[in-house]
Amino acid sequence: MPSEAPNHVLEFPGGYTRSVGPVIGRFLTELRDGRLVGVRTAGGKVLVPPLEYDPADGEAVTDEFVEVGPAGTVRTWSWVSRPLKTHPLDRPFAWAMVRMDGADTDLLHALDMGVFEEGADAPKTLKTGMRVRPKWRAERAGAIGDIECFRPEITMITSPTRLEYHLEPGRAMSRFLEGISEGKILGHRCPACGEVIVPMKGLCARDGVATTEEVELPHTGTVTTFAVNNLPDPRAPEVPFVSAYVLLDGAGVPMLGLVSGIPADQVREGMRVKAAWRPREEWGRTMANIKWFEPLDEPDAPYDAIKDFV
Amino acid sequence: MRDVAVVAFVQTEHSAQPTGFSDIELLAPVITGIKEKTGLNRFGFTCSGSNDYLEGRPFAFVSALETVGAWPPISESHVEMDAAWALYEAWVQLQHGEIDTALVYGFGKSTQNHLREVLTQQLDPYYLAPLGLDQVSLAALQARAYMERSGAKEDDLRAVAARSRASGRDNPFAVHLPEPEDAPYDVAPLRPYDIAPITDGAAAIVLAAGDKARDLCDRPAWIRGIDHRTEAHLPGVRDLTRSEAARLAGEKADAAGVEVAELHAQFSHEELILREALGLGEDVTVNPSGGALSANPMMAAGLVRIGEAAARIHDGSASRTLGHASSGPCLQQNLVCVLSGDN
Repeated sequence: MPSEAPNHVLEFPGGYTRSVGPVIGRFLTELRDGRLVGVRTAGGKVLVPPLEYDPADGEAVTDEFVEVGPAGTVRTWSWVSRPLKTHPLDRPFAWAMVRMDGADTDLLHALDMGVFEEGADAPKTLKTGMRVRPKWRAERAGAIGDIECFRPEITMITSPTRLEYHLEPGRAMSRFLEGISEGKILGHRCPACGEVIVPMKGLCARDGVATTEEVELPHTGTVTTFAVNNLPDPRAPEVPFVSAYVLLDGAGVPMLGLVSGIPADQVREGMRVKAAWRPREEWGRTMANIKWFEPLDEPDAPYDAIKDFV
Repeated sequence: MRDVAVVAFVQTEHSAQPTGFSDIELLAPVITGIKEKTGLNRFGFTCSGSNDYLEGRPFAFVSALETVGAWPPISESHVEMDAAWALYEAWVQLQHGEIDTALVYGFGKSTQNHLREVLTQQLDPYYLAPLGLDQVSLAALQARAYMERSGAKEDDLRAVAARSRASGRDNPFAVHLPEPEDAPYDVAPLRPYDIAPITDGAAAIVLAAGDKARDLCDRPAWIRGIDHRTEAHLPGVRDLTRSEAARLAGEKADAAGVEVAELHAQFSHEELILREALGLGEDVTVNPSGGALSANPMMAAGLVRIGEAAARIHDGSASRTLGHASSGPCLQQNLVCVLSGDN
């Protein structure tokens, strides 16, 4: 049909009145009370939703109604990525055949898998065999829509994790951050091996000796190794982002930083980079003063220059 | 049993776009055409298949009778189903022996409505229709159930669509559709090419008995078996992974040994389900017309399947063929008509 507004509407004003009879009526009445029931056939099967007759042989069902559920199993499903305006949900959802526990036939209803953008593919968790339960409307009228939809059973939770601290950076790190707050990158030279340790910790991890001799390092270095991160982090909300070890020129240990200014898939070991600082007025006693490292227009460092750090 | 044959078949050049024709304007050339083809102006019985919901007004089939010329009053009936079921009713009438000819026709326009929502009206009014459950969503449920049971993959569905479209492009009456292209799902697991095109069209068949059939047609397509079966109304009580109704109808109509089968599969997975139910092997040519996946005029597409199967007999290219029609959600109802050139 053309997309413009219809020029003809077929509608029964106020809706069509239908009597439901004792079997469907009982089901709908129980539904209004928040219960799902089936009817038992003469052969002992439980039909959900109930029918007046056994679809297998046409024989009248018994007058025994059986509560089923509260959960059921998905027998087959389809995924609606662009709901029609007549559909029960206005965002992507599944249709599912649900075999309620205790039933021998399937109930067809909508299955809400959560919030998805229009056009989204079905989530991987949507599977035949998955366990689901009805989501009941608070105000029920005695109609199949008293079940708003089905929802998956709980298989996972999100645990809150938060502890609060007041950390002492230590004297060496305090001095390092003081340097950072002035736009300088400081390190310590080890009296034993002669390597420059940055950020300094007040001792050389290799030799186990205290370090005190301060060295100011240039803001350029070489990527020794890196990782492409696809989970956003407060410091790097845009994904993918690249975190890398950068061996500053003259340093004996690499330091951790972000790499930007280049597509993630072009970052490489041996790439030459320089620190990109935030505007001076934003500086504090924090490593965040260095936004990230950016590529230098230089040839890559030879493997030998970083081989001890890869 | 009285020998009854399909002696003539006429269809429109089906359109996936609005044609500007009203229903009766669409139908009239088909009725005129089949009168010319048979040289008959009056028929012993007339039966039509159409659906008022497609037009959005009651008794649409009554105005369609104007195309037939129903005065003085004719013996007439109508089914609110695909016209293949009108053909069945006409065949039963012919079996009674009172008449020798029958006109059967069906027509439908889907470009003027939202077909998948119109078909919600055929569902159970207590449990399903209130949910707004639509035709394509239901078919997709069956597609997944079938694939998970049989191991068929989405590529198998795509192959059905590709073959149907290729055949359809050779059929001047079908909608000419391109090779299936990569496309996002419509309702998963169905992609747009797995779904029959929205189509406007009409078709007519003339049945005749015994010598009358021999007079009207050089090579009548004799109905050697015809049967229709239905499954339960609620999809939830059915085994959607197979079509028991088609299997039984095929058995009763003696589907074994056909060379060509025209299957009314409105979704690509339905062809796979029907092939299995009817026991059609690799040696059977399925839907040389392109099938409903190349043109699906509602209420006529099942009759077209019988017409196409008969046309293979009329033109001498096959000696035993099968026409199949379906109706209702997820292949609920199935009709099988087996035709033979041998008398």
